[in-house]
Amino acid sequence: MTSLMDHQARETVGYSFSESTAGVKQHGFYPYTDNGGSTLGITGSDFAILAGDTRSTSGYNINSRMVPKVFKIGGDDETGEGANIILSVVGFAADGTALKERLDTVVKMYKYQHGKPMSVSACAQRLSTILYQKRFFPYYVHAILAGLDEEGKGALYSYDPVGSYEREQCRAAGAAASLIMPFLDNQVNFKNQYIPGSGEGHALVAKKPEPLPLETVKGLVRDAFTSAVERHIEVGDNLQMVIITKAGIEEVYHPLKKD
Amino acid sequence: MPGFDFSNYNRNAALHARGVPLPKATSTGTTIVGCIYDNGVVIAADTRATSGPIVADKNCEKLHYIAPKIWCAGAGTAADTEFTTALISSNVELHSLSTGRDPRVITCMTMLKQHLFRYQGHIGAYLVVAGVDPTGVGLYTVHAHGSTDKLPYVTMGSGSLAAMSVFESMWQPDLNKEGAIALCSEAIKAGIFNDLGSGSNVDVCVIEKDKPTQLLRNYEKPNERGEKERNYRFPRGTTAWLNQKVISKEDMKKYVTIETLSGDDNLAAGEKMEVDV
Amino acid sequence: MGSPFDINGGACVAMVGKDCVAIACDLRLGMQALTISNNFPKIFNYAPSTYLGLTGLATDVNTVSDLFRYKVNMYRLREERHISPRPWPTCPVLAGINQTTGKPFICGFDSIGCIDFAKDFIVSGTASDQLFGTCEGLWEPDLGPEDLFETISQALLSAVDRDALSGWGAQVYIIEKDKVTQRLLKGRQD
Repeated sequence: MTSLMDHQARETVGYSFSESTAGVKQHGFYPYTDNGGSTLGITGSDFAILAGDTRSTSGYNINSRMVPKVFKIGGDDETGEGANIILSVVGFAADGTALKERLDTVVKMYKYQHGKPMSVSACAQRLSTILYQKRFFPYYVHAILAGLDEEGKGALYSYDPVGSYEREQCRAAGAAASLIMPFLDNQVNFKNQYIPGSGEGHALVAKKPEPLPLETVKGLVRDAFTSAVERHIEVGDNLQMVIITKAGIEEVYHPLKKD
Repeated sequence: MPGFDFSNYNRNAALHARGVPLPKATSTGTTIVGCIYDNGVVIAADTRATSGPIVADKNCEKLHYIAPKIWCAGAGTAADTEFTTALISSNVELHSLSTGRDPRVITCMTMLKQHLFRYQGHIGAYLVVAGVDPTGVGLYTVHAHGSTDKLPYVTMGSGSLAAMSVFESMWQPDLNKEGAIALCSEAIKAGIFNDLGSGSNVDVCVIEKDKPTQLLRNYEKPNERGEKERNYRFPRGTTAWLNQKVISKEDMKKYVTIETLSGDDNLAAGEKMEVDV
Repeated sequence: MGSPFDINGGACVAMVGKDCVAIACDLRLGMQALTISNNFPKIFNYAPSTYLGLTGLATDVNTVSDLFRYKVNMYRLREERHISPRPWPTCPVLAGINQTTGKPFICGFDSIGCIDFAKDFIVSGTASDQLFGTCEGLWEPDLGPEDLFETISQALLSAVDRDALSGWGAQVYIIEKDKVTQRLLKGRQD
């Protein structure tokens, strides 16, 4: 008879003064779905990390436990070998794939035409353009782009769905962004932390943020995700971490909880 | 005066009609199951309580006491399952005291369905009622609108399909106690791992003829969090504070007399409840 | 009009430590995006070492805190139990130490009375998602009073800084068996 989900979705309260919509059949076009999941990026003095969980969801269902959200952009072959830029996408998975394919093609074409790899800053501007081109039918994704800049420092750019972007030290995106971001503010940029004994009350000196070593950042990323998995139902299964240094791109997977 | 208090109804109805959403209550996603066996009945539940996509409680209790040999698993709005089972538990006890007989599962099920039907589904309790009484073993489901089912194995909640897939492929007649516990546990785990609304641990309750009821809280814990990579203890003095006020026992002694009781547990909660477990 | 839970804003969190508990709240009172006051504490004291934090609609924060004060006072005179699942748009957080056993205790409620007994922490308010993230990341078991103060303060301040409707300073209570310390935190005023 009654199914739990149906009941929840259709329940409306029949107040006499609320407008009745009975008898009017509404048709709609819903081209977007939310596939859940979360991503996060952190940079250091000579590296950048992009990470994401590998769960893909719709509603209370798991579509797959192994759908990577971080991609190598502009590599020489299908494995992404030779790439120097990485991209993470979270939101609507089909748009994410389409966006990654488009950016990958653009970066490859650039290399073939100019005979040199595209710089991260140029790629960042190009990605913004691609997103804004679909201003009125957007790619429903929150993208993060990472690589090394001209000085060899870690570079990270985060985007809204229509192409507004900013270079940042760290950024969390997706379903658990609101859980992960304040944790990162505190542990990466030392927000709200002061130097003990440096003064009293207002005179206390704030702890200055400094680039963190790679091992510290790896630990923070794993702890950020295991925490998000505990409290967000759409995050879990596996953690994909892609680390870009001057030596190249390293990709590692860690198991996460599967409930 | 017992019953619900409707004094905010008109205000809330008016607000709702102007587009204010209803307050969100804890937990709609859940997996609960029940299964009879040769000498009794087993019910089981997961332990996740959600509020939207956020886990509100990682280890909540969804198996509720009705009578020593009647227990209930609840899905749907957490507060509704909690209060409805508590109310019926109380009425079942009064009924059994007045009749001088052990309470029956079908009586409890009937009281639940009449209560829920009266509220036309607004009390969002979806229940699995199970127990042993003088007439034998009972296992029922009760939906929020008041309909009921009587079956040898049942599942409810958002993980009900995942759990039922286990029952439909592995259930067989004449199960023994161990088999029934294992099957229920397996069904709950199917919900825990395949339904996002369910998660964490497996709680089991075994009600057997002529034996005390066993509540196996956290019978399985397949989702324990591992050690963190890093240590997040802050050096003392990291947080900036502007002023402080200390209220100590010594200060209070200036104004009132303070006597310290012994640390005996039995003193704390007054009278201890007798539970037949 | 938004949800009544989000009109005034505010956040509250409680944590368990070793033989102590801490409860903290922000100080903002707003109307949608406009801040009305930066001195609106949401934690109320009902008995020695028993504190209640209330977030949600400010009028109901006041109503519930007064009603509960009345009920606590009446408790000494008579005890009567009602079934009263009235949806007050507030989400209470309770923290305290049992005076006879000395055991720390915290719990949280949804607005219609479903209790969440937690061994670690309880969060509530418009910054609850953010608080879940910071608490899950920073909390560890068996923190002493001073360490617990640092952890709860950092968790609260970082969380409210990522919520537009909470912040503007914070207040922390560290509750030990024979002592309660109240501190006013320095927080961003934006």
